[in-house]
Amino acid sequence: MAGSGGEQTISGYIQHHLTNASVGEGFMTLHVDTLAWSVVLGLVFILSFRAAAKKATVGVPGKWQALVEIIVEFVADTVKSTYHGKSPLIAPLALTIFVWVLLMNLMDLIPVDFLPTLASLIAGESWETIASGQSHTYMKVVPTTDVNMTFALSIGVFVLMIFYSIKIKGFGGFMKELYAHPFNTPWLYWFNFILELVSLLAKPLSLSLRLFGNLYAGELIFILIAGTMGLWQLPLHFIWAAFHLLVIPLQAFIFMMLTIVYLSLASEEH
Amino acid sequence: MNINFTLIGELIAFIFFVWFCMKYVWPPIMGAIEDRQQKIADGLAASERGEKDLELAQQKATEQLKEAKTQAAEIIEQAKKRANQIIDEETQRGHVEREKIIAQGQTEIEAERNRVKEDLRKQVAVLAVAGAEKILAREIDAAAQSDIVEKLVAEL
Repeated sequence: MAGSGGEQTISGYIQHHLTNASVGEGFMTLHVDTLAWSVVLGLVFILSFRAAAKKATVGVPGKWQALVEIIVEFVADTVKSTYHGKSPLIAPLALTIFVWVLLMNLMDLIPVDFLPTLASLIAGESWETIASGQSHTYMKVVPTTDVNMTFALSIGVFVLMIFYSIKIKGFGGFMKELYAHPFNTPWLYWFNFILELVSLLAKPLSLSLRLFGNLYAGELIFILIAGTMGLWQLPLHFIWAAFHLLVIPLQAFIFMMLTIVYLSLASEEH
Repeated sequence: MNINFTLIGELIAFIFFVWFCMKYVWPPIMGAIEDRQQKIADGLAASERGEKDLELAQQKATEQLKEAKTQAAEIIEQAKKRANQIIDEETQRGHVEREKIIAQGQTEIEAERNRVKEDLRKQVAVLAVAGAEKILAREIDAAAQSDIVEKLVAEL
């Protein structure tokens, strides 16, 4: 329906699609769409996996159990090959991150106008307002295109990194890693500290921004194609979706993998 | 890029999902997988053991068959030997019997001959006496000349 609304401009169309449905002001703003979709997808993950776990049999597994076991074993193997310590948390954490991020990324494949239009209709707006881009109902359906989402994940991981560092090396060991690392001479400790602090903080930052950037860019291209290409958007969307099909699991895997790597770095003595 | 309270909400959701996964999802699934792995390993070991057992049993059966064959051959050999022995013995006995029968026959023949000879001798004696009687045609005391006749007969 892009471009057919007369008064609607391309930038307006894109702007509309990139605005979150939010309540509140300033820092207390809540992105309702991000929260709702991520929680719904998280529930889809834990409830469906819980269903498999409840009925898990040692004998011949059902189809769903088989699929869940494939995913669980894949994650377990990845964790086992990277994280050498023993922790009951790392593997479930990796599984949660992988499946949850994958599900959220998959929302990208739903046609860009589908859910926003549906939301507008439910909110009681007329076809004309929606088509002309005047709708005041906003709906951004891919939670991982919201920095709040990706930062929440990476900050969770960051907290765990520091927790494991202190737990395994002690507070002194953790600090020592920060100031005594590349140059082990006392008069360069301040330099080390700056260097290591930057590298420590860069980890969660790059982790979240990588996921956000990839998905945001992918979503933007979808919106751009929908907004500018008329009927040509059909084959173009197909091509971009096929390409995006690689990006979606890859980004979920990278996020999981880096989480494991960071945590294994945090819990190993150098 | 506007960071706001959503982050806190997502953080809470994240913590809850990870906690739930760690508590209720991961252990049962991993447990089922590990138990099944154990079961498969046990099954494989059992099948391997069974295979070995089978091989052993086959070996044993082959051995026993061989032994039975040897024994059978031995028994046959023995039977043959015994048969030969019996045949030999019988032949021997036959021989002996024959010899005995022959010997008996010969004695009988001998006795008969002697008897016939005796008979003949007596008849010849009588004939000789009769002949002499006729030749001489005279009265001769048979008793007086009997020693001559006896001598004659003995010369026969």
